Amino acid sequence: MKQDTDMNRRRFLGQAAGVAGLTIAPGVMLYEVQARPAEQAATDKVRWGMLIDTTKCESGCTDCVTACKTENGWGSTESKSSPEQQAQWIRKVKLTDKQTGHVQSLPLMCQHCETPPCVDVCPTGASMKRADGIVLVDKHICIGCRYCMMACPYKARSFIHEPLMNQKPHAPRGIGTVESCTMCVHRVDKDGTPACVESCNAKGHKAMYFGDLNNPQSEISQHLKQYGGQQIRADLGLNTGVRYQGL
Amino acid sequence: MKAIRYLEIEGRSFGYFALLGILGLIVAAGGLAALYMEHNGHFVTGMSNQVVWGMPHVFAVFLIVAASGALNVASISSVFSKKAYKPLAPLSAFLSLCLLLGGLTVLVLDLGQPDRLVVAMTIYNFKSIFAWNMILYNGFFAIVAVYIWFMLEKRMNKYSKYAGFAAFFWRLILTTGTGSIFGFLVARQAYDAAIMAPMFIIMSFAYGLAIFILVMMAAYSWSDRELGDATVRRLKNLLGVFIGAVLYFAVAFHLTNLYATEHHGVEAFILRDGGIYTKLFWYGTMLVGGFLPLFLLYFPATAKSRSMISAACVMVILGGLATIYVIIIGGQAYPLEMFPGKIVESSFFDGGIKAYTPTLAETMLGIGGFALSLIMVALIVKILRILPEDLSDATADPHHKAAG
Repeated sequence: MKQDTDMNRRRFLGQAAGVAGLTIAPGVMLYEVQARPAEQAATDKVRWGMLIDTTKCESGCTDCVTACKTENGWGSTESKSSPEQQAQWIRKVKLTDKQTGHVQSLPLMCQHCETPPCVDVCPTGASMKRADGIVLVDKHICIGCRYCMMACPYKARSFIHEPLMNQKPHAPRGIGTVESCTMCVHRVDKDGTPACVESCNAKGHKAMYFGDLNNPQSEISQHLKQYGGQQIRADLGLNTGVRYQGL
Repeated sequence: MKAIRYLEIEGRSFGYFALLGILGLIVAAGGLAALYMEHNGHFVTGMSNQVVWGMPHVFAVFLIVAASGALNVASISSVFSKKAYKPLAPLSAFLSLCLLLGGLTVLVLDLGQPDRLVVAMTIYNFKSIFAWNMILYNGFFAIVAVYIWFMLEKRMNKYSKYAGFAAFFWRLILTTGTGSIFGFLVARQAYDAAIMAPMFIIMSFAYGLAIFILVMMAAYSWSDRELGDATVRRLKNLLGVFIGAVLYFAVAFHLTNLYATEHHGVEAFILRDGGIYTKLFWYGTMLVGGFLPLFLLYFPATAKSRSMISAACVMVILGGLATIYVIIIGGQAYPLEMFPGKIVESSFFDGGIKAYTPTLAETMLGIGGFALSLIMVALIVKILRILPEDLSDATADPHHKAAG
């Protein structure tokens, strides 16, 4: 009897929500149907990647860095660590050609390699790559040995040198563990875009693209097909998920 | 050769307790340093996101490498059937275990999350050379423990040769694993070389034997036991060969790198422009760790002097620490080569030479590990009967001819 009541109530609430949804915003989806449910594992059908057009990346602009700091809560949380010890998930790098003096500017972060050296060397498997290509650190089993930092060709990882407070729930960080760019996995899992890409677009620079490298129709794949893209340290054969144009 | 009688040292003298006291204080200081680092976080060290491994790793790697080499004497007696080395085999095996334990203690206490050691012991990523090393280190403890048991237990003596073989091969693999921690790092200019593994093996021979000779001479001299010249001469000549081999590997490694334009930058840094690293390489590795001890060990006027042989051993140890410092810290101080042909600048110190100044805490942790190894040896020779009562030439030297 009780079970019947519960089922009836659920059905009623479901119908009511549907009606309300249609009433509030006809034609607008209240939720994204393509978002991957939390209980469903990431799949290798997609490979998330980024493309950075260095010709559009403005020297002196650090909007992507600021957006990442705000989104993931790093940058102002470490008060005791020296600048060399403070974490940086993404940074702007200035390149000057030794021969010609040509100057370029680009953001550098975890390159989300297909065969990441950090994952290879991690003794416990804390450093891991999701099926969809995003490279992450499982903070629960990271022992803080820093071998991944020794192995990363991009110096993309940071170790936390002091106790941290007030972290973002979606970006847990902790003393004695290693962290790096997560490609804003919490946003991507809800069909969102990484904060850095969003901020670059918002500024109107449009130097960063995010999307599925496996999907030939995606904007990023189309761009790569048309204009090409380079990997940093392509000689290592890591097949990075982050590509650059104009290097 | 007479029968060898093993006897524990008396260990009641003021000197013995003073030794335990001093080593104990250093161990305690190392422990406090670890606690301080653990409580505050690594910001109290000189290590950073630029130079991620520091002084603790220099000591840890040195001790782990030396541990494998300290087994030399036991290996030579069991594997190569050299009778002269047999009386000292138990000391060699125990010293080896103590050094490994000291090194691993430093390594573990430096972890960001040392309390998660159990994770490292239970979850393995088999592609990681670190995970392999955990198995190799634990296996080394087990195999050498069995080896010691077979050596000390009369009924099991006949099997000690097999255990000795197992320990010999295991420690070669173990040091290959330690060298490969660096050899397998593709990203960094200073590493990524297959020669790292054999180079670490030969370094282990020299460092381990130097520590062994010092411990042996101290144990015999301080307990008023006789140690014959034949034993000392044999070991110091062997040490000389190992020092020569270490120098050879250093030359081969750098010459190969110097040939390839790709490596000119890092070679110029280590060999010419690297400041402290250049000094440590030339004065530390080459002079103090190489040519000077070679001279002392073979020059007729010094070759027979025990104090000069001790000095040579101390030099090998100091030179060894310098060598590992240059490999670990120097290798990180040199920037990653991400954009060839470009000057690289960023807020994250890309492109520049990375600074590293060790703090007292991390240095104390390293030295504390060394002292931990030695205090364990000092206790073991008092508790267990592993030190031959008499190692005079008449007892220990198979080729000894009685005078007259």
